[in-house]
Amino acid sequence: MNRPTFLGMPATAPPGVGHLRGDESFPAAARRSLADPQLRRNLRHATTTIRAKSAGVIAESPDWEQLRAAGAAIKADTLNRLPELLEQLEAKVIEAGGVVHWAADAVQANQIVTDLVRAAGADRVIKVKSMATQEIGLNEALHAAGVTAVETDLAELIVQLGDDRPSHILVPAIHRNRAEIREIFLREMPGVDPALTADPSALAAAARRYLRETFLSTPVAVSGANFAVAETGTLAVVESEGNGRMCLTLPRTLITLMGVEKVVPTWRDLEVFLQLLPRASTGERMNPYTSMWTGVTPGDGPQAFHLVLLDNGRGAVLADEVGRQALRCIRCSACLNVCPVYERAGGHAYGSVYPGPIGAVLSPQLTGVDDNASLPYASTLCGACYDACPVQINIPEVLVHLRAEAVDARRRPTAESIAMAAAAYTMDHPRLYEAAQRASRLSRVAGRRGRGLPPPLNGWTASRDLPDPPTETFREWWAAR
Amino acid sequence: MVGRAVSARDLVLGRLRAALAGGAHTPVEVPRDYRHEGTLDLDQLVERLTDYRAHVHRVAEAAVADTIADILPAGGTVVVPPGLPPAWLPPTVTALSDDGLDNARIGAADAVVTGAAVAVAETGTVVLDGSPDQGRRVLSLLPDRHVCVLRADQVVATVPEALARLTPQRPLTWISGPSATSDIELIRVEGVHGPRKLHVILVP
Ligand code: SF4
Repeated sequence: MNRPTFLGMPATAPPGVGHLRGDESFPAAARRSLADPQLRRNLRHATTTIRAKSAGVIAESPDWEQLRAAGAAIKADTLNRLPELLEQLEAKVIEAGGVVHWAADAVQANQIVTDLVRAAGADRVIKVKSMATQEIGLNEALHAAGVTAVETDLAELIVQLGDDRPSHILVPAIHRNRAEIREIFLREMPGVDPALTADPSALAAAARRYLRETFLSTPVAVSGANFAVAETGTLAVVESEGNGRMCLTLPRTLITLMGVEKVVPTWRDLEVFLQLLPRASTGERMNPYTSMWTGVTPGDGPQAFHLVLLDNGRGAVLADEVGRQALRCIRCSACLNVCPVYERAGGHAYGSVYPGPIGAVLSPQLTGVDDNASLPYASTLCGACYDACPVQINIPEVLVHLRAEAVDARRRPTAESIAMAAAAYTMDHPRLYEAAQRASRLSRVAGRRGRGLPPPLNGWTASRDLPDPPTETFREWWAAR
Repeated sequence: MVGRAVSARDLVLGRLRAALAGGAHTPVEVPRDYRHEGTLDLDQLVERLTDYRAHVHRVAEAAVADTIADILPAGGTVVVPPGLPPAWLPPTVTALSDDGLDNARIGAADAVVTGAAVAVAETGTVVLDGSPDQGRRVLSLLPDRHVCVLRADQVVATVPEALARLTPQRPLTWISGPSATSDIELIRVEGVHGPRKLHVILVP
């Protein structure tokens, strides 16, 4: 059947809803993180610790490279056949007693979930950590509709109670230390014991007590999904604390929101990802809990299951043959943990819910590169992310590609012409100009040959000077490398 | 066409088809030359379960009840799935057989005793699939202790072997050690929301 073209033009994620765009450019935001030594210490501790753990369990897998190659190929194959696989998934979920909804963008997805929560008669939902729901700003949408969304992942709870933003995919509250967390709990957690200490196990126990009653009394849960199997209709959520199991087991109604790219073709494909994800992510041979369910199981778990399939710019990413590989991402956060820029700038600097190297390639593609124009430059192109990625996403390749796209006014993308086009473009965009200025300072500090500064700005500053000399902050940043 | 309401489904699928149109797609061959099977080593299972802070007991099947009696306080209440072999339970505990127990009673119990579907030696994982000796998912979730009785013939070496033995349509729970978090300064704390203690009784 011929589809009318207006129907099928891939669209980017709409502005004004969700969290894919920052309020300021990457360099401007990064400067604030750099001024926070506690944050930098926490980040360095986190990334170094997880890197070491991960390296240890990866070394135990004699076939790690074969698993990576298989994971990359399964995802590439999936993307090639995405529409068919989604239709297959839909049919299987319906067959197993679930209901499937499609959301073209964040606005539609928020509306669908809000309507489902209302229809279930609930004014509160429990949530298990999900990047997709953060991406679309679901909590805010629910709040506007009078529904309270309770984050149940410990780190997300800390972030939510602290009225804060996550800074790392895997350990979203890594920017907070135990004393700060204790203060947040004492201030914001209803019914908390005033004698609460800052001991991590005491803090975890406080969260357990606080959330237990909420788990038992809330009729609706909202989750994301790590994987969805087209062949069987099976959904999988990988976690550590058991809050996921609570959300997936106790409520009457379960609503799962997933990006369309989370589908995998066959049951067997999970044998690859269940090995790749925990080892690359938390550095464990296996995470404490993985839940898998297919539709509704009579008498066991939620008796109503809704799956919401989200586009929100993914079609636009898919349309780019180079950039498309970003949709293979299994959100393990390995690329964050090896990235020298992330380690210094922190997650908040990336503006979007997707931080680090993957965020630098995914966010600008989801929103259109105009809206996140500084992110493709938030990298030294050192390639560590590519080496670490369990599904072999060539992040440097996509970064370079997006930079060229950001300056595609020039036909011949030589380094110099790209640089000049970037200059012309950024002069017209004050926010970007500011980013360019900061980046050029960076270049001078990094070395006279522009080493360490991503093109095109290194090419440009080799022949032209930008006003405004290097600042101390960026000198410190690079000096610390 | 004008004025016809376009469903979100058509819109999303149409966009994805348009995104893929025009590109030359050579079908992707998935290389499956990773390991599918491994040499089964029960000591490895024990070591890896222990590494993730599960308590492992290797006993003869006839000694399961005595082992449970040692683990659980005398007079404690134990949630029991309907198909659990009665011989596994010691007389020292009160069994609450699941005939639709409400969550409050399950949560107030001292422990749950279940069987298992499969275990993976390389990763130290036990998988439950809701069979009658394992019961509803909530049973192994709310009590503070989970005692899981595992037979040696349920153990496989690798993750691929485990998936091959499981039925995807059943509700599956993969358990590798007790509930844990490292969210506060990356310090591992056991027991956040799931059972704080996991005991695995491995019988021949
Ligand atoms: S891009 Fe690769 S390394 Fe980074 S989060 Fe995604 S899967 Fe992990």
